Amino acid sequence: MTSLPDASGHFGPYGGRFVPEALVAALDELTAAYDKARGDEAFTGELDRLLATYVGRPTPLTDAGRLGRAAGGARILIKREDLAHTGSHKLNNALGQALLAKRMGKPRIIAETGAGQHGVATATACAYLGLECVVYMGEEDTRRQALNVARMRMLGATVVPVMAGSRTLKDAINEAMRDWVTNVETTHYVIGSVMGPHPFPMIVRDFQRVIGVEARAQCLELTGRLPEVVAACVGGGSNAMGIFSAFVADTGVRLVGYEAGGEGVETGRHAATVAGGRPGVLHGMRTYLLQDADGQTEPTHSISAGLDYPGIGPEHAWLHDSGRATYQAVTDAEAMDAMALVARTEGILIAIETAHAFAGVLPLAASLGPDAVVLVCCSGRGDKDMDTAARWFDLA
Amino acid sequence: MSGLAAAFERGRAEGRGLLVGYLPAGFPTVPAGVAALRAMVEAGTDVIEVGLPYSDPLIDGPTIQAAVARALAGGVRIRDVLATVQAVAGTGVPTVVMTYWNPVDAYGVDRFARDLAVAGGAGMITPDLIPDEAAEWLDASDAAGLDRIFLVAPSSTDERIAMTARHCRGFVYATSVMGVTGARGSTSVRAPELVARVRAVTDLPVGVGLGVSNGAQAAEVAGYADAVIVGSAFVRCLLDAPSEGDGIRAVAALAADLAAGVRKR
Repeated sequence: MTSLPDASGHFGPYGGRFVPEALVAALDELTAAYDKARGDEAFTGELDRLLATYVGRPTPLTDAGRLGRAAGGARILIKREDLAHTGSHKLNNALGQALLAKRMGKPRIIAETGAGQHGVATATACAYLGLECVVYMGEEDTRRQALNVARMRMLGATVVPVMAGSRTLKDAINEAMRDWVTNVETTHYVIGSVMGPHPFPMIVRDFQRVIGVEARAQCLELTGRLPEVVAACVGGGSNAMGIFSAFVADTGVRLVGYEAGGEGVETGRHAATVAGGRPGVLHGMRTYLLQDADGQTEPTHSISAGLDYPGIGPEHAWLHDSGRATYQAVTDAEAMDAMALVARTEGILIAIETAHAFAGVLPLAASLGPDAVVLVCCSGRGDKDMDTAARWFDLA
Repeated sequence: MSGLAAAFERGRAEGRGLLVGYLPAGFPTVPAGVAALRAMVEAGTDVIEVGLPYSDPLIDGPTIQAAVARALAGGVRIRDVLATVQAVAGTGVPTVVMTYWNPVDAYGVDRFARDLAVAGGAGMITPDLIPDEAAEWLDASDAAGLDRIFLVAPSSTDERIAMTARHCRGFVYATSVMGVTGARGSTSVRAPELVARVRAVTDLPVGVGLGVSNGAQAAEVAGYADAVIVGSAFVRCLLDAPSEGDGIRAVAALAADLAAGVRKR
């Protein structure tokens, strides 16, 4: 069982709390409330019940025979988070945090979103639990993920397009933080990934851990053993941390995260934080960042809005430094090719974010023998990305 | 005695509050920013805060965000911030840097502290660095002889106020409202209570910031605080002015109004 973060919220040198003092009381309150809730049967029982009856857990494990043959090597198993309610893993965390907020007596929820999946998940949890919901989304992202904007509004959420900076996920987080510091007494900030100040990276990981716990048991049941490789895409890194965390203690299992390489790390137009960044402080945490010599955040690029972020969760930074997990960049073009291949061999339309994990793991699977097992987290479905795919593949 | 301590002693002797004025370096340009800060000094500002423009100013409101974006678009670098400090500190007024943490972290904490001291800077205000995470800065500021100003907020517990004040040198920065920077129509009702809570645990002077924009508000805040900190209202002068010259004249006029305010308490 993982013992990190330490009491002050650090994963080795990463994580911590780089926040205005005004937020410390709320972070302490959240830490205490979460600590109490996770040991309280009333809370964990209610969350488990909702994960089963509302989210649709456990999600299946699909044995991807045709994809495995196309890759030409290892057996590929797909953990189907795309089949969870709202179409991605995001509801695991959003529902957990919304339940926690309700327990804390906070009637108003705010969230940031990139691709819109976390925004939709949060809007869903708020509708179900009767909480007010405001979602900040970069204006650029509201255009490339218009379907999800409509979904959030249908669910009763207020979507606020953010016009500042690069108008993407990073700026949506800035604006959500500004809202939180102003309204912290009535408001809980449902952060969507394993990032931000302590205790968020821990809480989000714990709520996403169900992915790995289920997948590990399903893999054992299906194959009688553990996989050689566990792979996931990484923006902030919540689906990756969720599936990795159940395997960290299995030292024979290789953990691989795939970052957004955009047009190629060498072009500078990418969001591959580990490949192209160095440690610094952003959004309340110390972690790897894409930044210039003066510590200014660098502009990022990825075809996937959900990975278009200049940082990475602090626990991933620590897993990288310690060598327990490795991180590699996958380009836009490689991801889109994988999206098409998975669609045509398995009949699954995966999200472009998710496609990065498949693009990265296919050559790795090819390099392993047919007796090897590779487990890939299918973090979300691709309906939201059909406009982008139609343009990319000229499908119109 | 540090420059800040001497300034607060003088304020106490004169029975008035100090006026602390903020502008980001490089706004609207590096030389015009220096001219505006010097105009603030000439009009009676006691302490200058030079902002280090940062790409992700997450506790700044729209006014300072706009100024910082312009400074960055103009290509301002950390060396320009240090040059601005040097130009302003040369007037003899204590000058501190106000900065988010990552630029200092990237520059190197020790190196930044040394270079700031060489430029004549008196210390640093760190809005997103709490003492809990500040080990490196505590050592570097001791070594360089710089004051360090951490923030307290209405939401801070008494324990955290005491802990934060213990790590401050120069003064304690009380954020009077929960929220981002920006001029407000009325000053906070929570500020006097927060200042009283700080005074209960420290003899350090207390400065109050967030929202002050005119002499009457400055007089009111100076009634209970040792310093009145004004940022967005100065930025507004430069943003709204039809020319740099007009902007700098507006900054000087506002500084004069505020300086008169802190003397009326």
